[in-house]
Amino acid sequence: MLKKITISGGLDKDGILENIRRLDICVGEVLAVVGPTGSGKSQLIADVEQYAEEETLTGRSILIDDQPLNKNENKNLSRYLVAQVSQNMNFVIDMSIEEFLLMHAQVRAIKEPSQIVKDVLSITNRLSGEPISLSMNLTQLSGGQSRALMVADVALISNSPVVLIDEIENAGINRLQALEILTGQGKIVLVVSHDPTLILMAGKRVVMKNGGMYKIFETTSEEKKILKDLIKIDKKFVCLREQLRSSKSIRAVEQKKEEVAGWPKF
Amino acid sequence: MRFAIVAGTPSSGKTSVMIHTIRHLLAEGFSVAVCKIDCLETSDDERYGRLGIPVAIGLSDYICPDHFYVANLEEIENWAKKQMADILVLETAGLCHRCAPAVHGCLSICVIDNLIGIDTPKKVGPMLSTADVVVITKGDIVSQAEREVFRYRVENINPQARILDINGLTGQGSLSLKNEILNSGTLEEISGKELKYSMPAAICSYCAGETIVGKSYQMGNVKKVDFGGEE
Ligand SMILES: Nc1nc2c(ncn2[C@@H]2O[C@H](COP(=O)(O)OP(=O)(O)OP(=O)(O)O)[C@@H](O)[C@H]2O)c(=O)[nH]1
Ligand SMILES: Nc1ncnc2c1ncn2[C@@H]1O[C@H](COP(=O)(O)OP(=O)(O)OP(=O)(O)O)[C@@H](O)[C@H]1O
Ligand SMILES: [Mg+2]
Ligand SMILES: [Mg+2]
Repeated sequence: MLKKITISGGLDKDGILENIRRLDICVGEVLAVVGPTGSGKSQLIADVEQYAEEETLTGRSILIDDQPLNKNENKNLSRYLVAQVSQNMNFVIDMSIEEFLLMHAQVRAIKEPSQIVKDVLSITNRLSGEPISLSMNLTQLSGGQSRALMVADVALISNSPVVLIDEIENAGINRLQALEILTGQGKIVLVVSHDPTLILMAGKRVVMKNGGMYKIFETTSEEKKILKDLIKIDKKFVCLREQLRSSKSIRAVEQKKEEVAGWPKF
Repeated sequence: MRFAIVAGTPSSGKTSVMIHTIRHLLAEGFSVAVCKIDCLETSDDERYGRLGIPVAIGLSDYICPDHFYVANLEEIENWAKKQMADILVLETAGLCHRCAPAVHGCLSICVIDNLIGIDTPKKVGPMLSTADVVVITKGDIVSQAEREVFRYRVENINPQARILDINGLTGQGSLSLKNEILNSGTLEEISGKELKYSMPAAICSYCAGETIVGKSYQMGNVKKVDFGGEE
């Protein structure tokens, strides 16, 4: 079993050694990757995904349990080590959801494929708005529904020990739940995000600057308190959104608001 | 000289992938020459040309491009030797899927993309099944699940091949293709080497320029559809 991955530091965009020379991420840890647009967050994820060995733009190398992948004895480990969900990904196969999920389950040699397909469907529908059904075609799904299905599939069928998430917050799905589902037990998760709530849900964050890993922060207990507030606000936000999305009027939303004590005024 | 043959479906990313790979080779001090075989036109020469390496173009025009390709292998090799190339990259257009350009002694690379559909690997046929290395591109725009299913299908059709995921836009993964090329043996000369898969016979009147439809205009090697028994 995989225990940890290590990012061994390379160069920033100016070819200068990046601040952080070594970053270990252990099983069970969630690392947020933060920084301004263009600072190299997606590149960091890409380095992990391809098990970089100093050959990418950044010169970083990735160690799997302290060894480069190609020196690692367990070859099966490497095969399905990493699964990714990102904003640019789409379903392009013209096939029913059920057929496709069964096919994916077969590729991953899953014992009870029809059960897992049901589970994937129910998670998808918890994450997205309008429910989907197994008989629908993959290409019929909306952007948000596709993202929800990808999250559920990566969580249950791919079920890889390392999960890379690149900006799923804008897909219109319940992103906090999505992160919880993907985190699962005993996984290494890297989540690129611009969203304070998601960032603080991670135990650690690396701040990117000019293409380099600049600084690492552990989430402090004070930040965790702030996270609790953020989650409350988020729940309200989601609730407000749900009401706006459904046929309820804003007045009904405001009435409901009064029932909750301590609701911060915007 | 090492001889790499790059084939694949149209627009699968052959040129994009090879440009990144050749950059790695040049950075290590190897000299590379590229030849592109196509049917009617191509702008690949310009793109390869920007690497500052020798580039040649062969357009088959009225000749079957696959036959044209085989008939020119010696000439292309001689040209590349004159350019003092350590490595010759020969890109052929996505041809008719009946043929495979692979030649014993060369490294044959088949480039296909994640967008062509999961049943297509089967249809790509010998071009895929005779390849030493299969490169799968455009993984950046499809779901993780589709990537896994697609790769599995490719493995089933060609279990011997090394399969590489490469992003043609960023070059992600192209270093492993560079290593494959460097690990492939050098070739003394292509003359006398054998195609891994024979080309289809095609010597009919249409090969010779006939354009009129109809039995009385057909001569030579003509095959008809079998509609199942009824004459
Ligand atoms: N998103 C994405 N686009 C790619 C990738 N690889 C190639 N492309 C794009 O696909 C298109 C075709 O790429 P080419 O490299 O010209 O393909 P080719 O196989 O050489 O094409 P022909 O020689 O004309 O058959 C270009 O617009 C590339 O930018 C990839 O991995 N991801
Ligand atoms: N260390 C580096 N050296 C050279 N180039 C780099 C480095 N890090 C990143 N880059 C390049 O900088 C560009 C921007 O990086 P990237 O796409 O990772 O930014 P990002 O932080 O994900 O931005 P966004 O928030 O907009 O998604 C990319 O072309 C990337 O390849
Ligand atoms: Mg990004
Ligand atoms: Mg090309």
